[in-house]
Amino acid sequence: MCLAIPGKLFEITDDSHGVRMGRANFGGVVKQVCLEYTPEAKPGDYILVHVGFALSRVDEEEAERTYRLLEAMKQLGELDAPEIDSSWPPEAGEQSR
Amino acid sequence: MKFLDEYRNEALALKITGEIRRIVTRPWVLMEVCGGQTHSIVKYGIDHLLPPEIDLVHGPGCPVCVTSLEMIDKAHAIARRPDVIFCSFGDMLRVPGSQGDLLALKSRGADVRVVYSPIDCLKIARANPAKNVVFFAIGFETTAPANAMAAWQARKQGVKNFSLLVSHVLVPPSIASILQSPLNRVQGFIGPGHVCTVMGYREYEPLAARFRVPIVITGFEPLDILQGTLMAVRQLEAGTHLVENQYPRVVQRDGNRVAQELVNKVFEVCDRKWRGVGSIPKSGYKLRYEFKEHDAERLFDVKEIDTKEPPICISGLILRGVKKPKDCPAFGTLCTSENPLGATMVSGEGACAAYYAYGRHLELARQQQPQEITS
Repeated sequence: MCLAIPGKLFEITDDSHGVRMGRANFGGVVKQVCLEYTPEAKPGDYILVHVGFALSRVDEEEAERTYRLLEAMKQLGELDAPEIDSSWPPEAGEQSR
Repeated sequence: MKFLDEYRNEALALKITGEIRRIVTRPWVLMEVCGGQTHSIVKYGIDHLLPPEIDLVHGPGCPVCVTSLEMIDKAHAIARRPDVIFCSFGDMLRVPGSQGDLLALKSRGADVRVVYSPIDCLKIARANPAKNVVFFAIGFETTAPANAMAAWQARKQGVKNFSLLVSHVLVPPSIASILQSPLNRVQGFIGPGHVCTVMGYREYEPLAARFRVPIVITGFEPLDILQGTLMAVRQLEAGTHLVENQYPRVVQRDGNRVAQELVNKVFEVCDRKWRGVGSIPKSGYKLRYEFKEHDAERLFDVKEIDTKEPPICISGLILRGVKKPKDCPAFGTLCTSENPLGATMVSGEGACAAYYAYGRHLELARQQQPQEITS
């Protein structure tokens, strides 16, 4: 229910009642989005959209920084990482664990 | 898709679980608050990737699940009226009230429509001036700005035949309620990223301090959840209890001020009954008096309906993180997604429904099934 997905804003328009609207591209699907809560959003920005409303701009620098932090994380633990259990889910009729 | 695909990277996921394994020294119980996170955890098997010391329990954060049976019955009473077009998010349609669901009402001729956004209801209302268009406004803080805007624009544009049946719920009071329970096992929280996109996380700071639990505001993709888990485990191992933000690409400490302002103009805090849990003080939103012309509860005289849940259902304990779906004797047998008995099975984001959809505990539950179950 709290699902919100990032889309790329490419057009800003006002509707006939003066509500700030825009159109955003979600991996090829284009949707109308209400931009009243993100007055700072401009075409080219990524916005986080929930039930047709942009709730936030996606901060690309922060995204980049978080990701680099993950990639730079110590390699140490990797040796203990579990094997992915490819036998899951069990085939029909197979005894489950 | 950008900002989604890179957060599903398997090699990085294994790196984070490796780090959790390396630092963990004892069992810890963490709760993810949001139903969307529960869904990701079960779908991607995150709970299986984590070391056995980490027990993820699933919180009350599915608004469809926790909408009280009384409220659903009210919705049905309104939707049955011939002068009403009843609009709802799709996931509410299949939730059974005491007499069937909205989909069944639709099949019997009621005008029930699924909308993508509450703002779409205004268009429907303008196109149908002889009808009353009612929107079932449910949700957590994430959805409140959208629903508030629908009420605000209806008043501003003079759309008199549009109203909202409001059943909004709030996260922080439910966290307090879980932590205050004598049955509580939760030691740290994976916080709700999208709720905090709107509200910020200042209000979580007194909770973390008072109950001495770490709260890590976390996103919804597998890497987000794993990193949020790692941050919470680090805190637990170090004995700290701070609010941290794993999701800074969209969450700021103050949240979205513009959205909060409109939400506060339209809604006020009220006591709210949660399905499976009961009434929690100051845990919901209702429309302010100024919006009474758009308040379906005032417009339609629907009497209080008292309904009882099936006694076998343990959803109240699951919502508080005391039990898991596999602990329920009815799970996967008497209670399924097709015939849900209680809160946690009624919507796809409920813990039981997520376990059921991905089938991982179904066989186990059947084997553990006691010989005789009569309801």
